[in-house]
Amino acid sequence: MTPAPLLDVRGLGLEFRTRTGVVRALDDVSFSVAQGAIVGDVGESGSGKSVAAFAIMGLLDETARITSGALSLSGIDLLADKRRALLDLRGREMSMIFQSPRSALNPIRKIGRQIEDVLVRHGPVARADARARAIEALRRVRIPDPERRCDAFPFELSGGMCQRVMIAMALACGPMLLIADEPTTGLDVTTQAVVMDLIAEIVAETRMGAVLITHDLGLAGEYCDRIVVMHAGHVVETAPVAALLARPAHSYTRQLVAATPAAATSIGDLASIPGGLPDLRRGDLPFCRFEARCSLREQICAERPTPTQMVGEGHNVRCWRPA
Amino acid sequence: MAAAFIVRRISAAIPSLVGVVLATFILSRALPGDPAVYFAGPAANAESVQQLREALGLDKPWPEQLWRYVTDIAQGSLGTSLTSGQPVLDDLVQRLPASLELTFCALFFAVALAIPLGVLAAVKPNSLIDHFCRVLVTVGAAFPTFFVGLLLVYIFYFLLGWSPQPLGRLDEIYFVAPQRVTGFYLIDSLLVGDTEAFRGALGQLVLPSITLGLFALAPIARMTRAAMLTALGSDFIRTARANGLASRTVVFSYAFRNALLPIANVMGMVFSFLLGSNVLVEQVFGWPGVGSYGVSAVIASDYAAVQGFVLLMAVLYILLNLAVDLLSGLIDPRLKSEA
Amino acid sequence: MPASAFIANLRHAFGSNPLTAGAAAIFVLLLICALFGPAIAPYDPLATNTEMRMSPPTAAHPFGTDQLGRDILSRVIVATRLDLGMAFSAVIVSLVIGTAMGAVAGYVGGWTDQVIGRLFDTIMAFPLFVLAMSIVAALGNSVVNIIIATIVINLPFYGRFARAEVSILRNAAYVEAARMGGNGAIRILWAHIVPNIMPPMMVQASLNMGWAILNAAGLSFIGLGVRPPEAEWGIMVSEGAAYIFSGEWWTFVFPGMALVLAVFCFNLLGDGLRDLIDPRRRT
Repeated sequence: MTPAPLLDVRGLGLEFRTRTGVVRALDDVSFSVAQGAIVGDVGESGSGKSVAAFAIMGLLDETARITSGALSLSGIDLLADKRRALLDLRGREMSMIFQSPRSALNPIRKIGRQIEDVLVRHGPVARADARARAIEALRRVRIPDPERRCDAFPFELSGGMCQRVMIAMALACGPMLLIADEPTTGLDVTTQAVVMDLIAEIVAETRMGAVLITHDLGLAGEYCDRIVVMHAGHVVETAPVAALLARPAHSYTRQLVAATPAAATSIGDLASIPGGLPDLRRGDLPFCRFEARCSLREQICAERPTPTQMVGEGHNVRCWRPA
Repeated sequence: MAAAFIVRRISAAIPSLVGVVLATFILSRALPGDPAVYFAGPAANAESVQQLREALGLDKPWPEQLWRYVTDIAQGSLGTSLTSGQPVLDDLVQRLPASLELTFCALFFAVALAIPLGVLAAVKPNSLIDHFCRVLVTVGAAFPTFFVGLLLVYIFYFLLGWSPQPLGRLDEIYFVAPQRVTGFYLIDSLLVGDTEAFRGALGQLVLPSITLGLFALAPIARMTRAAMLTALGSDFIRTARANGLASRTVVFSYAFRNALLPIANVMGMVFSFLLGSNVLVEQVFGWPGVGSYGVSAVIASDYAAVQGFVLLMAVLYILLNLAVDLLSGLIDPRLKSEA
Repeated sequence: MPASAFIANLRHAFGSNPLTAGAAAIFVLLLICALFGPAIAPYDPLATNTEMRMSPPTAAHPFGTDQLGRDILSRVIVATRLDLGMAFSAVIVSLVIGTAMGAVAGYVGGWTDQVIGRLFDTIMAFPLFVLAMSIVAALGNSVVNIIIATIVINLPFYGRFARAEVSILRNAAYVEAARMGGNGAIRILWAHIVPNIMPPMMVQASLNMGWAILNAAGLSFIGLGVRPPEAEWGIMVSEGAAYIFSGEWWTFVFPGMALVLAVFCFNLLGDGLRDLIDPRRRT
């Protein structure tokens, strides 16, 4: 009997109202994150990975509307309209870290204070104790000399250290779920490894769940337990990492895998997948949004909604003709 | 590190001071015609003009004139006013507090209104207050200060009778001016406990301060709104929201403090407007400050007085800008460590 | 930008922003008054009529008459030429000279840049209205000197802007190519750089017009430059100010509102132009 997942995303549909039309950013997105697992969310820019994360965190602005589906974190319904409750959950039970860590930190506020702000907010941590807890949080992410570094400003730290500060802030209150949105983009390869190792270690230690959003399939392959592949707002394949890399079932995933050499590099090679994302404002979006770029395209793909088929243990694919 | 920053900023102001002294020298001496005639005034005869020429060293070569000019200023000698017969420096010192009191009140008014307005407009985009802010900014920038002053006097004094007669700092018939300690009526009257004089002085200050402040309100509100919008849209605000920080913390401790920087930057331009419009407001309200002194000096071609007035205003402006610079260093730690 | 695209852009800018279209309409009205003022004014602006002195607005005199019986509407219309003329000539000249100085400083760099930069810094070290006053005091109390004073205090705006833009464009590849092709520095500046900085300079100039009008009016208000019986908005407000206490508001309100209208119009036009040319810089 598999335990209930920590994060359960079911049939999530989301659209943005823009001046140029309604963008159907997410359609029937489903995946789950178990305790102690790192789930990779992989796809090219514009596939909806960050949007899904923002929807989970409740960080979307007014132009966004969730049209269908359910989101729950450890049984708590994230879509119930309780803004105050969500505000309490964010930072305490679920946290997010972003790319470009230096610009994601307040440039004119000492990093120690920024961590303290989170601690005091979610309390009950009194201001007096907050500093000690902040130093402890910095120590946990292995920032050297944390007592002194507490009083540093982001511009005085390297990119890698800023990312570690962000992780410290995100984990300060011991959340159940961590979402990491491209945390290593912009960092050099060595620092990437350090940051990812840190995340992996903390997940293993605390049994929290994590979502790693990345366009780098190689990175996901190295650190994740499961991978969710997204394309144009659809989840096209989910699988345990070994199965996905060895036997990718969806045409898109196969091309992604083929485009990524063993040593993880960035995705300049993805350009070799022909075509581009469909315009999500079209009123007549096809059932399968990969259709225009798919070499296995058939009549049925355009005629009927694409089913999600199971092709292995925990391995699902959204395709009429999986491999 | 902070001390080095302060020294750096102060030394950056020095070239401006040098430039200003040079410019006033050129404006007063390097004129077509005979400066001695101008300094002596229309009533002088040839002999007194010649005496003045020698006394001021206007017959000497330019480098020597410049040296005399600079040393005179350093010793506090700005010449003698033709119209008052007093040393220009004395005249200016006598009148300066009136102008400063007016300017500070105007600044206080402008900031107290503009910043909350700009913050609210940014936090609630496209709301009624946002539209009001934008209209105020556009329309407010179009009204000449002197016209606003006259309109306010007409409406609030003539039509409504709410405001006292605009005849200067204090209606001498009803009130006695307080003993001069700082020269600021508001402060001096409180120092001796004369609440009547305080109220009288405050009443006289209301309309001129609002007039002067209204012109400053537009750029401050506009920049506050723009800076807040930029700040609220930045990455670190998204991080703060992701960490569940309360709205108040996000808007004030995070966004607003970051917005203070561009706001401080715009204060330079605002001070330029304030000091310049000071002249116009003092004319409208009969305010006995350095601005009205400067105007009468220019009209009467009282050269020494004009020179002293311009020099004083420029120095004030440089000092105000320096103060804002130093304050910026307090707000933004990145500035302090700039090479 | 080809003419057809520019016109299409203009139409879009005015269509999508009724304020800009309104400002353009006001601009046309002001232009007509400036060009044809004496012809369209109902009365001779200088003609006095002591019997009709200080009469409030009526059908015959929609803006009333002043202390000498002159029709205020006619004076306001005719004054357009002087007010707009002073501001316009000052803005044009300071645009040309300031841009030239800034462009040279930005392109040549070195000593020239230092000297010109210091000159601009010195101008900006003064509260600008006060500097204008002292220039008029130094050169003499006349309309020409008002214009010269306004030119001087406006130089740094154009100069610094031009310098910044030219510094950036200087390194652009095509300028390098032109330079390698053996074109002289002046020709490079003219042909390549100047057309690129003209659009944003136009925006600056339009926004500057409003300020130049206020500046010139302020100087006339305190008694510099224009003398009676000349019709000019600033001096009309100054003359009318004396009559507030007897309640004869029309003598200062109408010329004041003309000032407001003109400045408002140019500010809106400038904003509209800026949205047209570079929507990113919008505040």
